[in-house]
Amino acid sequence: MELHDLTAHELRQKLDSGEVTSRELTEAFLRRIEQLDGALGAYITVAAEEALAQASAYDEARAKGEPTHPLGGIPVALKDNLVTRGLRTTAASRILENWVPPYDATVVERLRGVKAPMLGKTNMDEFAMGGSTETSAFKVARNPWDLSRVPGGSSGGSAIAVAAGMAVWSLGSDTGGSIRQPAAYCGIVGMKPTYGRVSRYGLIAFASSLDQIGPFTRDITDCALALNLICGFDPKDSTSVDVEVPDFTKALQVDPKGLRIGVPVEYLSQPVDPDVRAALDKALKLLEENGAVIKEVSLPSTKYALEVYYLIAPAEASSNLARFDGVRYGLRVPASDVPRMMEETRSKGFGPEVKRRIILGTYVLSAGHYDAYYKKASQVRTLLRRDFDKAFADVDVLFAPTTSSTAFRLGEKTQDPLSMYMTDYFTIPVNLAGLPGLSMPCGVDKDGMPIGLQIIGRPFGEEQVLKAAYTYEQLAWPKGAGREWRAGREVAVDVR
Amino acid sequence: MSVETKVEYEVVIGLEIHAELNTESKVFCGCGTTFGADPNSLVCPVCLGLPGSLPVLNRKAVEYAIKAGLALNCEIARYSKFDRKQYFYPDLPKAYQISQYDLPLCRKGWVEFEINGEVRRVGINRVHLEEEAGKSVHSGERLLGSEYSLIDYNRGGIPLIEIVTEPDLRSPEEARVFLEQLRQLLLFTGVSDVKMEEGSLRCDANISLRPKGSTKFGAKTEVKNLNSFRSVQRALEYEAQRQREVLESGGTLYQETRHWDENRGVTVAMRSKEEAHDYRYFPEPDLVPLVVDEAWIERLRAELPELPRAKQARFVEQYGLPRYDAEVLTTSPQLADFFEACVAEYGQAKPVSNWIMGEFLRLLKAEGKAIQQVQLSPKGLADLLHLIDQGVINANVGKEVFEEMFHTGKEAGAIVKERGLEQISDTAALAAIVDQVIAANQDAAETVRSGEMKAIGFLVGQVMKQTGGKANPKLVQQLLRERLLGD
Amino acid sequence: MEAMDVRPGAAAGAEVPRLSTADVAKVAAQARLRLTEEELEKLSGQLSDILRMAAELKAIDTEGVEPTAHGIPVYNVMRDDVVVPSMSQADVLSGAPEKQDGYFKVPRILEEA
Repeated sequence: MELHDLTAHELRQKLDSGEVTSRELTEAFLRRIEQLDGALGAYITVAAEEALAQASAYDEARAKGEPTHPLGGIPVALKDNLVTRGLRTTAASRILENWVPPYDATVVERLRGVKAPMLGKTNMDEFAMGGSTETSAFKVARNPWDLSRVPGGSSGGSAIAVAAGMAVWSLGSDTGGSIRQPAAYCGIVGMKPTYGRVSRYGLIAFASSLDQIGPFTRDITDCALALNLICGFDPKDSTSVDVEVPDFTKALQVDPKGLRIGVPVEYLSQPVDPDVRAALDKALKLLEENGAVIKEVSLPSTKYALEVYYLIAPAEASSNLARFDGVRYGLRVPASDVPRMMEETRSKGFGPEVKRRIILGTYVLSAGHYDAYYKKASQVRTLLRRDFDKAFADVDVLFAPTTSSTAFRLGEKTQDPLSMYMTDYFTIPVNLAGLPGLSMPCGVDKDGMPIGLQIIGRPFGEEQVLKAAYTYEQLAWPKGAGREWRAGREVAVDVR
Repeated sequence: MSVETKVEYEVVIGLEIHAELNTESKVFCGCGTTFGADPNSLVCPVCLGLPGSLPVLNRKAVEYAIKAGLALNCEIARYSKFDRKQYFYPDLPKAYQISQYDLPLCRKGWVEFEINGEVRRVGINRVHLEEEAGKSVHSGERLLGSEYSLIDYNRGGIPLIEIVTEPDLRSPEEARVFLEQLRQLLLFTGVSDVKMEEGSLRCDANISLRPKGSTKFGAKTEVKNLNSFRSVQRALEYEAQRQREVLESGGTLYQETRHWDENRGVTVAMRSKEEAHDYRYFPEPDLVPLVVDEAWIERLRAELPELPRAKQARFVEQYGLPRYDAEVLTTSPQLADFFEACVAEYGQAKPVSNWIMGEFLRLLKAEGKAIQQVQLSPKGLADLLHLIDQGVINANVGKEVFEEMFHTGKEAGAIVKERGLEQISDTAALAAIVDQVIAANQDAAETVRSGEMKAIGFLVGQVMKQTGGKANPKLVQQLLRERLLGD
Repeated sequence: MEAMDVRPGAAAGAEVPRLSTADVAKVAAQARLRLTEEELEKLSGQLSDILRMAAELKAIDTEGVEPTAHGIPVYNVMRDDVVVPSMSQADVLSGAPEKQDGYFKVPRILEEA
């Protein structure tokens, strides 16, 4: 197997044994990016020099016998809405095209702390607004398994990078499904931890009350390793929660007996592609055969989740994006006075989807509409949380599709925002309730495109989610979820 | 002859006061709050509003806001939260100000103050915590007409409380006196430097007129740019008069914002933000709610110092001081503390009060000093007063000694000895000088003998002159009387 | 029984806002955005669709229900009043589109704060 096919825990052994150095590994990934990324569009910025410097620093530290972290020396990619000191950070927007931040996000500090080479900044929907990476102001991103299809979004680039072997693992952000949905479309593991588990400091905000950073990995073990690195209270983020962070690798146990799995009936009544439905049923059946208990649960308010989300997220976004006014950083379109300068700058700097959401959010928050929209949505959000609380009284985790179908074609939904928004139907409620949610491969459809299984946990129930995911992975795909169907299949790019 | 029925108008005023809290660091980040630092040198990703940065609330700022609320007799909210107040302006780095909208930290308070011998009570509608904006420097003299502006974000993020009064004030003078009283309260509470000249205390005023006896409010004007206590009163007097004239000439008043032009002494209608009326408030998702329990409030209440009016009453009661003395001595907590420390050393209050209100305040004012900068100790003043009581020096020499103590902090006794200022109380030595003076001033002596006692002062003065001011004035007087009147 | 079990289709049609292009232009101006006629046209339709969808929420009984501001409710997260070093002035101004003498420079402001 080639280096770029390996997981972090497999590469760990090679690094520890001295079979390969971090620098060699990083060079291999940089070559791979050079070969493939022209066609895939995963990276906005490749940071070859910085990554190699970090890799060398790791190798030197190891040579000196300094203790190493399981993810130390292993090349990683970052979504381009994570702020990196000295490295251009654009959020895939013209308005930040040339912005070089003077500080690091907390997760970036952690990566630097373990000397993980950062390969670069990945493509995304502009300001994370979108479900296909098509709103990126800079380049088209393609699904590695079928170049005519989207990789999903908004963290499309981070998903492509891991699926196509252009990074061992990566970080993304998830506001309404932006990690889980592209993970499903690209056939890898993606997880959104509980709101407050990971510091948002240095994550360019889309919707503050929903945003959460999380990892993309090749398997569940890597996911646990990544969580170990990024989770934890941060005094710089008031909304990060001061609870103990367990060693998530302890949850990596095959233990189907007595595992109580809930399946929301409302999700089943939703129109879902038959292949997706069949894959979910098959997964449930396998677990049931091995001793798990499957139960139907009800989340009656989830039918309003989309409405709630498309009021709350744009409202917060309209406020969070107001700071891009051409005064302190980023784009400025010169004009004779400040109001005109701000208007020109914002009109030129933001793309159509971002403008659409800013205007919707501004409307929703304006005097006279606040109670009917934002406040009402926040109240329904409470009802939704209560639904989940009730469901989790009887079960350990919930199983659901990540998306109703596999990756759609480029351009298929760009003219119809509502149909694009609908792709988040199964992922949005999890963000509204602040729960941990993971997507992992559970088969392919008739076209050979990967299908995602979503596992949802109670607040701070990452361990139960990981345990259920690992159990399923080991039972169904002992060589790693997604890897078996991928076996022998090179990504759809001609690399000759 | 026609009888003119003239409508009598009543002035209705409410104030919105902003006071910067004197915390060490800003309200949502760890940047310092020093006044006058280099531009943009006290700035970090948070107070610059960089993408990705997040606010974290300063506990001390919350405690200061609660203390201010307690000093203003407010109810402290058990549950409050922060909201975003949104508008575009170059000095506002996030394009929203973190403030409090529907659940402020403090509500429903009141302040009492005295004006023309009458006690008045003004309602406090609310006190809430928010952040300062940055500062713009304009290329021209004023914003309007400037080619460009320069922005410094050092001030951005300094904690601020906004105090909103009820429309309970009934004259421009009342507004000024109330504001002075409020300033004093905040000063005593120790939460703010309340310097209007540095902008750490700012005031906007809402003023309207209504026919006396009416309970409805007229259209109000918001007057801005009131930079001193004096300008508060002047601007409101101008504005009340302007409104009266409009009404009396049959005109109509509209709600508007006006700018006080200190130099011209007029208010001018302001061009303000078009969307000024829609700040699109919503709960700040980057901060969590604030829950204040009884124990916390009680701890802060216990930390509150004695407030000015209570202190004045106690000074009158405990020290038997005239009301006037009590008011002067409580203009600042430092002065009041100094007074009490002196009394503790000396034993009697009124002489201490006289010296503080006289020499001490005179020197402070003349040299523009704060009490903390002065060398004189309470024990020093007490020693000085003892020397005078014991007749070692006379009161006039005492003033000289006091001035040196004020500057150097030296002991009174040492100064007296060093400069040979002991009072001459040696009868024999003084008698000789008295005889000389009588001989040299026969006319004055004759006048005294004829019963005109005024002239004796002149003779005493001559003796003092001869002795370099050191003669015991009582003894001199006695000797003169013995010789001239045979007393 | 939770009141929102029943999704009332009838109520949804009642007060559905329909945004005109002028409405959208006004909101856009509030957000410091200027749109072309074409964009306005497109957006007024799309936003109306979304608001029509959102109007469904009106029928849900939320009497006495506390709004959720965060996924996970916590309170009283505060820091001590301790000064930490600020950024260097050079870092502060590093992204400035225009600067002068340590300040950010902007054109005429026009309006009072």
